Amino acid sequence: MTSEVATIARKASSPVLGRFTPKPRPEPRPRLPSAGAPELVLVQPEAERRGGLPRPLRRAIGPVLLVALWHLLSVTGVLSPAVLAGPATVLTSAASLWATGELQDAILASLGRAASGLLIGGTIGVTLAVISGLFRLGEDLIDSTVQMLRTVPNIALIPLFIIWFGIGEAPKIALIALATAFPLYLNVYAGIRNVDQSLVEAARTLGLSRAAMIRHVILPGALPNALVGLRYSLGVAWLALVFGEQVNATAGVGYLMNNAREFFQTDVIVVCLAVYALLGLIVDFIVRLLERLLLSWRPAFSGA
Amino acid sequence: MTVSDTGDLAVRVRGLTRRFGDRAVIDDLDIDIRTGEFVALVGASGCGKSTLLRILADLDHGIDGEVRVPRRRAVAFQAPRLMPWKPVWRNVTLGLPGGDPRRRAEAALAEVGLSHRADVWPKVLSGGEAQRASLARALVRDPDLLLLDEPFGALDALTRIKAQHLVAELWQRRRCAVLLVTHDVEEALLLADRVLVMRDGVIAHAVPVTLERPRRLDDPLFAELRSELLGWLGVGEDIAGRRAA
Ligand SMILES: Nc1ncnc2c1ncn2[C@@H]1O[C@H](COP(=O)(O)OP(=O)(O)O)[C@@H](O)[C@H]1O
Ligand SMILES: [Mg+2]
Repeated sequence: MTSEVATIARKASSPVLGRFTPKPRPEPRPRLPSAGAPELVLVQPEAERRGGLPRPLRRAIGPVLLVALWHLLSVTGVLSPAVLAGPATVLTSAASLWATGELQDAILASLGRAASGLLIGGTIGVTLAVISGLFRLGEDLIDSTVQMLRTVPNIALIPLFIIWFGIGEAPKIALIALATAFPLYLNVYAGIRNVDQSLVEAARTLGLSRAAMIRHVILPGALPNALVGLRYSLGVAWLALVFGEQVNATAGVGYLMNNAREFFQTDVIVVCLAVYALLGLIVDFIVRLLERLLLSWRPAFSGA
Repeated sequence: MTVSDTGDLAVRVRGLTRRFGDRAVIDDLDIDIRTGEFVALVGASGCGKSTLLRILADLDHGIDGEVRVPRRRAVAFQAPRLMPWKPVWRNVTLGLPGGDPRRRAEAALAEVGLSHRADVWPKVLSGGEAQRASLARALVRDPDLLLLDEPFGALDALTRIKAQHLVAELWQRRRCAVLLVTHDVEEALLLADRVLVMRDGVIAHAVPVTLERPRRLDDPLFAELRSELLGWLGVGEDIAGRRAA
């Protein structure tokens, strides 16, 4: 490194001095007595700065350490199986649940519930938000009503839902639909109302019709907020799913978990928790992918 | 003011008044702009230039008086106002009727020297590039009246000079009527056939610019017109002289 610098310096300086007659140089500016040449620091290119592990691996470190600690506490007997089964036991019971097909059935049942609840709730939330975002009449009729209903805790409605819809699939899906409708409504509505007014004005000078304005300016402008709403909705959909499945379920991950509780099978309970966590991670990954695809026009801050 | 038919006019405004609350920002104002004429509007900050331009752009309807403008108008604002979710070429042809948008966008972008940026997102453009894209978006509509509200205001000095040259060139090719709102007297004198001074809600003074094109800052007549305009803007010659030095 140092020798390279020296070579470059020599190359640059020697011919120049030979060819030009140097002008009389002005006196060097007076310096403070202590100030010599400033110390130079090397600016590192990003590739070098990020030494060591690639990012996906780095992200795995935390979870892996946690599981290792859990394993250590289990094999040393600090954590008794009655309190929490160790990772090895959990893995074997997951494998046997998978072999009997119970686990797959439960996952499919739960995913089906979450998906239909989200579909219904999302459709309602987005539709209401678009109507009250775009039209003043819609806002007057819808917004205050939604704002009022929003403050009622969803879980408090479970008893009412059971009376209305019985104890089958309907109250569970209704609970998820209700829970997911609000975050989507709030964020899509805010997104529409926060669309940059100067862009709307510019679009008007371009002669866009009302429909074209909605399609090309307002909805795309509301998209970042809408995706935030989707993220929230997915989060509460999971929560509502867990709560809903505690109510007399005959299938699904919650059902599996309730059964396990009856027999103090902490290993199965942990399998179910892990399934919830894993499904949550997968859904989060899908939303991230969606954001990257739909918001590729937006250079976002990705962290230092 | 005897024009009764608007045959030769691109803009005709009579007795225009715009109030915000009980304050008349525009107060019984008249303007004519001939077809193909380049008019610059100068005035102190807050005197109502943008308000007038927005009225001519049909963006502000809270007015009294008579305003006639051509059907085909285009506007370029101080900020480029491109839709960040559409690539540059789609921005250029947004809302444009008729077929073959890609080819027309490319032609318009070539005219402002931006062909190579047709497919990028607006957010990655530099200030000058974004402003040229906004100009292409206006020109592709082949307007009879081009409204420019301080389009160079946010550009650095070098880029601004280039952009001014570009506008002069485009106007000479297209010959549409232009209303350029600016607070820069030199810019007005470099580009316009006529410079209007706005004050107290009306056009207080009009200066025909007979300088030959391309114009030179060191023309003696240029300096004369400049000091005349600065006088009308309430900036004394001593202050202006100090700034130039
Ligand atoms: N929508 C509005 N409501 C109230 N006052 C406004 C509005 N738009 C402009 N004004 C006022 O009108 C005056 C002229 O504004 P403007 O036309 O933007 O000035 P400029 O000549 O600098 O472009 C300013 O005093 C401004 O505060
Ligand atoms: Mg203005």
